[in-house]
Amino acid sequence: MTTFMSRNDLFLFLGFTVVVLAMPIWLAPFGAGYPDLLQRFMIFGIFAVGFNILFGLTGYLSFGHAAFFGVGSYAAVWSFKLLTLDAIPAMIFAVLISGLFALIIGFLCLRRSGIYFSILTLAFAQMSYNLAYSVLTPITNGETGLQLTLADPRFLDAAMGQTFSGQPVPTLLGQQLGGYAGFYFCAGFLILSFFIAQRIAGSPFGMMLKAIKSNQTRMQFTGFNTRPYALSAFVISGMYAGLAGALLAVTDPLAGAERMQWTASGEVVLMTILGGVGTLVGPVIGAWIIKYFENILSALNDNILARFWSFLPEGVADVVVKITSKFVGDGWHLTLGLAFVIVVIFLPGGIMEGVRRIAAAFRRSGSSSAKPSARTQPAE
Amino acid sequence: MEKSNVVLHVADVHKRFGGLHALADIDLQVEEGKTHAIIGPNGAGKSTLLNVIIGKLAPTSGQVVFDGTVLTGRKPYQINQLGIARVFQTPEIFADLSVLHNVMIPALAKRDGMFKLNMLRSLDSETGIRAEAEHMLEDVGMITRREMLAGSLSRGDKRRMELAMCLIQHPRLLLLDEPTAGMSRHDTNTTIELLKKIKSRGMTKVIIEHDMHVVFSLADKISVLAQGRIIADGSPDEVRGNPKVQEAYLGGAH
Ligand SMILES: Nc1ncnc2c1ncn2[C@@H]1O[C@H](COP(=O)(O)OP(=O)(O)O)[C@@H](O)[C@H]1O
Ligand SMILES: [Mg+2]
Repeated sequence: MTTFMSRNDLFLFLGFTVVVLAMPIWLAPFGAGYPDLLQRFMIFGIFAVGFNILFGLTGYLSFGHAAFFGVGSYAAVWSFKLLTLDAIPAMIFAVLISGLFALIIGFLCLRRSGIYFSILTLAFAQMSYNLAYSVLTPITNGETGLQLTLADPRFLDAAMGQTFSGQPVPTLLGQQLGGYAGFYFCAGFLILSFFIAQRIAGSPFGMMLKAIKSNQTRMQFTGFNTRPYALSAFVISGMYAGLAGALLAVTDPLAGAERMQWTASGEVVLMTILGGVGTLVGPVIGAWIIKYFENILSALNDNILARFWSFLPEGVADVVVKITSKFVGDGWHLTLGLAFVIVVIFLPGGIMEGVRRIAAAFRRSGSSSAKPSARTQPAE
Repeated sequence: MEKSNVVLHVADVHKRFGGLHALADIDLQVEEGKTHAIIGPNGAGKSTLLNVIIGKLAPTSGQVVFDGTVLTGRKPYQINQLGIARVFQTPEIFADLSVLHNVMIPALAKRDGMFKLNMLRSLDSETGIRAEAEHMLEDVGMITRREMLAGSLSRGDKRRMELAMCLIQHPRLLLLDEPTAGMSRHDTNTTIELLKKIKSRGMTKVIIEHDMHVVFSLADKISVLAQGRIIADGSPDEVRGNPKVQEAYLGGAH
């Protein structure tokens, strides 16, 4: 057991699993304990965990990962249409297709590093987005989005003699995947994703990725061909994105090109930085926080604000409502941007750095004799 | 004993940076198991020569041959895998990783080659590599710092760790670019002792050094570089007595 996984890693994994599985309970008081939102927590958690393998461990900042997310969604819906409504084949198909897609795009983009790499990923993702709306409409169904219909062939289901009545929905072994079943299905994948990411980070391969981030030149003079290492990280994170996209298609079987837009690529960057680049749990927490506040703030409107500020004098309340309304509803991205700026300036290591600082402060006040400069690698 | 066994041959190498002729007609032969020192004033082209050998720079003309293999045109990681390691003038280390990991990484490069998708094993299960790295750190006197972040080490310790990173690969050829620069006299002596110990193991070394105390206590052969040209070479005594060297280097501005 000790060589398989260290004690700390095991505790972290078990703790993470418990927290995730109990989310419907502990999130209920925050008004977030309902399946639809919980599913999104899981899906974007997976997206961020995978993104962190490329960005956090290897140091390559991609601005185009939403492309793989979108490809995963399309691939899953096609699996539902052509093969079967069962979710597992759709997942496998989506991960393979997005992995292949990531292999091609990664191969091209990794000819450059730094800002040029980032620009290339952005360019490829925007190209994919535009293609999805134009040339590829036979595959993507353009602006309408790709949906399930009764007329879909579903060859595997047909071969097994299964028929459906009403609107087709994804299933798992015949069970519909709506509501809490959908949440637990996604949660299983998040836990698995986390486990794999933890194994990667703790493996010799993971150490090589961190070394590439730290000093790529030294890696080359030490005898490593860094390109295939970075490409592997790129493909793995692309597969994670594809898995997340596929899960979104399972919970809501309609794939649209807007999932591939650059704002969606930017969002996963924000999640990772907000939570803590290079840490294991940070990106997941970042994803949860962003999705939580998106859910709350984007639902607010002027009426709700007016009621909230009604204790203020008439004229003042109007002004305050006017100002705050710019930060909610469609303007919630303004709040997100503001929060992001504050975090990057005051807590460049993200929320996980905040947690670490607080823990260190407690430890210091607990034992004043402890040396403050006992630096080791961040426990994560 | 007389049999000369050339392992590294730098043949007619020129390197130009625009109008600057940084290396001119360099011909250098390094014998197996020997320590070959390169000395010369700042800007003479010493580091550039090492950069050409390890594939960081392509020569404008000429080629480098290592044990019958032409290095010129190969990638730095291929050249390292052939058995050439280098300590840089300004330490090239993994500042964000622990000292122990810094030394384990080159050991893994030696064992696993230039690429291995080794992600199912845990790093903790690499007990052999870990023990090897710890042993190496003991040799350079840094075992107590193994858990520290490499970036937080002192200048001298960074160099020593970088030396350990090279030595753990048991390279056939070790290139040292001013390995004792910035070290105290005590640390310099420790490093000389260490390098002497390696010498007895038969590793070939090319060392660039300003400190004449270091050069004369280590080198079997010395080449003097000035303005991109080799102006003298020979045994330490020959070089010391050479009037051209006196003028260009030993007795000059230095
Ligand atoms: N990459 C480079 N581009 C342009 N000029 C360079 C480069 N590297 C070295 N030089 C120049 O070549 C000359 C030799 O430099 P260098 O080999 O570092 O000298 P040394 O190591 O002997 O002090 C210097 O004039 C330096 O400015
Ligand atoms: Mg130099």
